[in-house]
Amino acid sequence: MIPVPPAIQRIPWKLIALLSAITGFGLLVLYSAAGGSMTPWALNQGVRFLVFLIGMLILGRIKLKFFEDFAYLAYLAVVALLFAVELLGFVGGGSQRWINLGFINLQPSELMKVTIVLALARFYAQLPPGSTRTITALWPALVMIGLPAGLVMLQPDLGTALAICASGAIVMFVSGLPLWWFGSAAIAGAAALPVLFSMLHDYQQKRVLIFLDPESDPLGAGYHISQSKIAIGSGGIGGKGFLNGSQSHLDYLPEGHTDFIFATMAEEWGLIGGVALLIAFFLLLRWSTRIALGARTRFGQLAATGLTMTIFFYIAINLMMVMGLAPVVGIPLPLFSYGGSSMLTIMTCVGIILAIDNDSKTGTRRFH
Amino acid sequence: MPRQKRPPITEAWRGITFTRRALVVGGAQAAVGVALAARMAYISIIDNDRYVLESESNRVNLTLVPPRRGWIVDRNGKAMANNRVSLRIDIIPDRLHDKDFVLGQLETLLNLDGDTMQRIRRDLKSSSGFQPVAVKEDVSEAEYASVLVRLPDLPGIAPARGFARYYPTGAAVGHLIGYVGAPNAEEYEEAKDPLYITPGFKIGKQALEKYFEPVLRGKPGARRVEVTARGKVVRELSTQPDVQGQTVQLTVDADLQEYAARRLGPESGSVVVIDCLTGDVLAMASMPSFDPNSFSSGIGVAEYKWLSQNDHVPLRNKTLSGLYPAGSTVKPMVAMSFLEAGLPAEATTFCGGGLRVGNRVFHCWNRRGHGQVNMAKGIYQSCDVYFYHFAQQMGMDVIAAMGKRLGLGQKFPLPVPSQSYGTMPSPDWKMEKYGRPWTIADTVNATIGQGYVLVNPTQLAVMASRLATGNALMPHLTRDANRAPIQSLGFAPDHIGLVREAMNQVVNGAGTAGRARLPIEDVKMAGKTGTAQVVSLSKGRGGMGVPWKYRDHGLFIAFAPFDAPRYAAAVVIEHGAGSSSAYPVARDVMTFLFDRDKAMAALTEYEAGWGGTIEERMARNFAAWKAGAAQPDPEPGA
Repeated sequence: MIPVPPAIQRIPWKLIALLSAITGFGLLVLYSAAGGSMTPWALNQGVRFLVFLIGMLILGRIKLKFFEDFAYLAYLAVVALLFAVELLGFVGGGSQRWINLGFINLQPSELMKVTIVLALARFYAQLPPGSTRTITALWPALVMIGLPAGLVMLQPDLGTALAICASGAIVMFVSGLPLWWFGSAAIAGAAALPVLFSMLHDYQQKRVLIFLDPESDPLGAGYHISQSKIAIGSGGIGGKGFLNGSQSHLDYLPEGHTDFIFATMAEEWGLIGGVALLIAFFLLLRWSTRIALGARTRFGQLAATGLTMTIFFYIAINLMMVMGLAPVVGIPLPLFSYGGSSMLTIMTCVGIILAIDNDSKTGTRRFH
Repeated sequence: MPRQKRPPITEAWRGITFTRRALVVGGAQAAVGVALAARMAYISIIDNDRYVLESESNRVNLTLVPPRRGWIVDRNGKAMANNRVSLRIDIIPDRLHDKDFVLGQLETLLNLDGDTMQRIRRDLKSSSGFQPVAVKEDVSEAEYASVLVRLPDLPGIAPARGFARYYPTGAAVGHLIGYVGAPNAEEYEEAKDPLYITPGFKIGKQALEKYFEPVLRGKPGARRVEVTARGKVVRELSTQPDVQGQTVQLTVDADLQEYAARRLGPESGSVVVIDCLTGDVLAMASMPSFDPNSFSSGIGVAEYKWLSQNDHVPLRNKTLSGLYPAGSTVKPMVAMSFLEAGLPAEATTFCGGGLRVGNRVFHCWNRRGHGQVNMAKGIYQSCDVYFYHFAQQMGMDVIAAMGKRLGLGQKFPLPVPSQSYGTMPSPDWKMEKYGRPWTIADTVNATIGQGYVLVNPTQLAVMASRLATGNALMPHLTRDANRAPIQSLGFAPDHIGLVREAMNQVVNGAGTAGRARLPIEDVKMAGKTGTAQVVSLSKGRGGMGVPWKYRDHGLFIAFAPFDAPRYAAAVVIEHGAGSSSAYPVARDVMTFLFDRDKAMAALTEYEAGWGGTIEERMARNFAAWKAGAAQPDPEPGA
C-alpha cells in the first residue's frame, strides 16, 4: 500500500465530500431553475463554494484558543456593526440589513449567528461550576442574546432574530442551567405570544395568519406557500425529471432559486431527492454533534453544540416553511439556496467545528 | 419546581449534564428531521393527485374559441342570418402591466368613448387573470392595423379575428329573426358556462335567434396553451376546432319578407303572408323595426333610446304582439258561422244606416244605408246592419266558436319566445273574466270585430287562409320534416265558394276595396277590409283629420287567386285612418308573389317618395333625432 502523507490524511475528505455533494446537488437544481443554464446562478454559486471551502479548511487549522480569546471582541464588533446598520437605515430613511463594503454586501446579522454562539460558549466555559444555578449564570447571557436579537428585529428580520435566540438558548441549555428555567420561560413565552404578535409588523402578522390558514388568500400572500406545496406535491415520489419542473420554470414558484429552492428540487427529483437531501443534512449534523460530544474543552463542547444548532435551525425552519409547517420567514436552505451570506455563515460554522475537531485530536481532554 | 437538596455542582457533573443534554438536543433534531420527511412524504404521496392537478391547472391554460353560429336561411336556402369575419381587440388582464398607459393608447387609437372606457375598467377589475376582456368589437381594418403595429408597446393587448352575426336584409328581419348579444351577468350565473364570459361569444336574445339557441350555437373550440405565471404563452399544446351550429331553414321567403317590410314604408304596421297549401309563413314583417346588426355588435345607448322612445314602437313585433280590434275583417268569418249554422245566403235585411238594439241605435258605417242586404252584399259592402241583425238571430256562441276554429284568440305553436293571442269573446268567457253576463250589445259589437275582439295580424292571416281553403292550416315558420296532416274544417263546399265570391267582390266587384285589384290579368285577389276604432265615435271619425294616435287602424285580409287560393295575407296599419291604408300594401305584396318585376317597379316609385330605402331613412331619422330636431309628427324608424 502506498503510504498516505499525514498532511493529506489531515484533510477532512469525508466532510468535503459531503459538503460538495449537498452543494453539487444544489448546483444541479440552480442549473435547472435557470432554465438549463449555468448562469446566472449555478456558476456563481459553484465558484463561491470553492472559495468558501478553502476558507473553511483554513479556519479549521486555526487554534481553538484563538476563537475563544477573540469571542467577546468579535461579538462586540458585530453588535457595533448592527448598530451601524440601524443608523444607516435611519439616515437613509428605510430599513437596511447590510453594509456595503465595496466588494461585498456585509450582513452583520448573519455574522451574529456565529458570534453569539462563541461569546456564550466562552461565557459559560468561564463560569465557575458552582454558579451554574445562580442568577449570575443567567442575566449576562440574556443580555448578550437580547441585545443583538432586538437590533435584528428592528431591521426587521424575524427569521434571523429567531435563529440568534434559538442558538443562544441551546448553548444555555447544554451548559447545565436548571431545567425549570427553560420550562417557565417557555410557558411565559407562550403566554406573551399575543403581545409579541401585536408587536410584529403588519406584513409579518399577515404571514403568520396566512401560515395558519394558507387557503384564505391563495393568490395573495398565501401564494408562496400554496405554490410551494403544489411544486412538492406534484413531484410525487420520483419527481417530474430534471429540467421538467413546470412550477419553477413557468415562474409559478416565487423565489425558486433562493428560499424555495427545496420546492424546485422536490418538483423535479421527488420524494427520493428530498429524502436524499435530508439524509445528507443528517450526516452533516451527526458529524458536528459527534464533535461536540467528543470535544476536549468545555468551550469546544458548547460552541460545537451551538453552531450545530445554527445549521440545524436554517435547515429545519426553511423546510418547515416550504412544506407549509411554518410561516414564510426569509431563511434560506444551507448550501442549497443561491446566496453568499448564508453560505458564508454555514461554512464559518463548519470551519469552527472543524477547528474544535482538530483541537480534540491534538490535545488531551480537559475541562477548562 | 422541586426544591430538593442537590449535590454541589462539579465539573464532572457538568460534563455529564452536557453529554446528556447534547444527546437530547441531537435527538430532538433527528425527530424534527423524521417529521419533515414524513410531512414531505404525505404531500408528495397522499396528496400527490391533488397537487398534480393544481400544477397542471397552473401550467395549462384553456382558451375557448366561440363556435360559429349556425345560419338561418329562407325556404330557398338564401341566408337571412350568417356570419362575417369580425376583427376585435381584447385585453388579457394578466399580461397588462401598465394599465393606464395601454388604455390611454387604445382610447385614442380606437376612438373609444367615455362609456366604453368605464366598462373596460369595470370589466378589468372583476376579471380574473387570463380571461380576456373585450375592448372593442368589429373594429375597422385601419383601426386593427393601427393597434397591430403598436403591439410591441402595448403588452396585454390581444387582437383577434372572430365572427360576428350578419343579417343581410337588416331591419326587414329584425322582429322575425331577432338578434344576438353578449350574455349578461344573470345569463352567466344561470348557465355557469365559461363560454359565456369568452369575448366574442353571443347568444340569441330575441325571436328565432333565442328560440333556436341550442340548435344554432354549436360547440366551442378550445386552445390549450402552456403559460407562465405572468401569462406569457410558452407553447401551444393542442387546438380543437369549433363545431359550427346547425342551419335552421325557415319557411319564409327572404325576398318577400324584405319586400313586405319595405312596402310598409313609413307606416307603423305589419304584413303576414301564409302559403294556403301548407300553412308555411312566407313573410312576417313588422315595421318600423330595428337593425339587428346594430344589436349584435352591441347597440349604443343613444340608438337604443331612440328606438324605445319612438311612438311607432320599433321594438315590438306587431305581427305577433300587436293586438287590434279586428274590425270588419271578421265579417267573412261571421258569415261562414251563419252559413254553417243554417242561415240561407239569400236571407236579407234592410239597412237604413242603423239598427236599434235595445235602447241604443247601432249605426252602419254608411249612414245613408245599404237598402236590402243579403250575405254577399253584407260582406262586399261591409254592411254592419246585416250583421247586427242576423247576429242577434244566430247568437254569439256560433260566432265565437267559428272565430276560434279559424284561429282568432288562438296561440299557435310557433318557435317564438312570446306571442299575444288576444281574445275571441264568448258569453262564458265574459262571465269568467268579468263576472258579468253577456249582453246583446256585446254580440253586436263583436260581430263587426269591435268590443272585446282583439286579434294579432298572424291570426288574421291564418283566418284568411282557413276561410279560403276550408282547411285547418297551422302556421309554420320552420321546415320540419314531420308535420301533422292538414285537417279539413268540414265546411260545405258551396259555403266556401260563397264566401270566396263575396270576398272577390270586395276587390273586383262593387266592394269596398276596388283599388286593391291586382295589376295582373289572370289573377284575382279576394279580400276584406277592416277599420278598427281607436277611440270612441264621440270624438268623431278617426280619419286623417285627427292626430295620428287617434286615427283608426286600417286592416285588410286577402287571398289569391280567389277561386283557387294559393296565398293568404293580412295587413294591419296602425292609425292608418282606415282600411285604405292597408289594402294597397296587400295588393303590392300579393303582386310580388305573382309578378316580382311589377311589384318592384311600384315599390321603387313609392320609396322615391318616402325618401329612400329603410336603411337610408333610418339613418336620417336617427341623425335628426340625435341632432335634437324635434319633429312635429316623428317619422317612424322606417
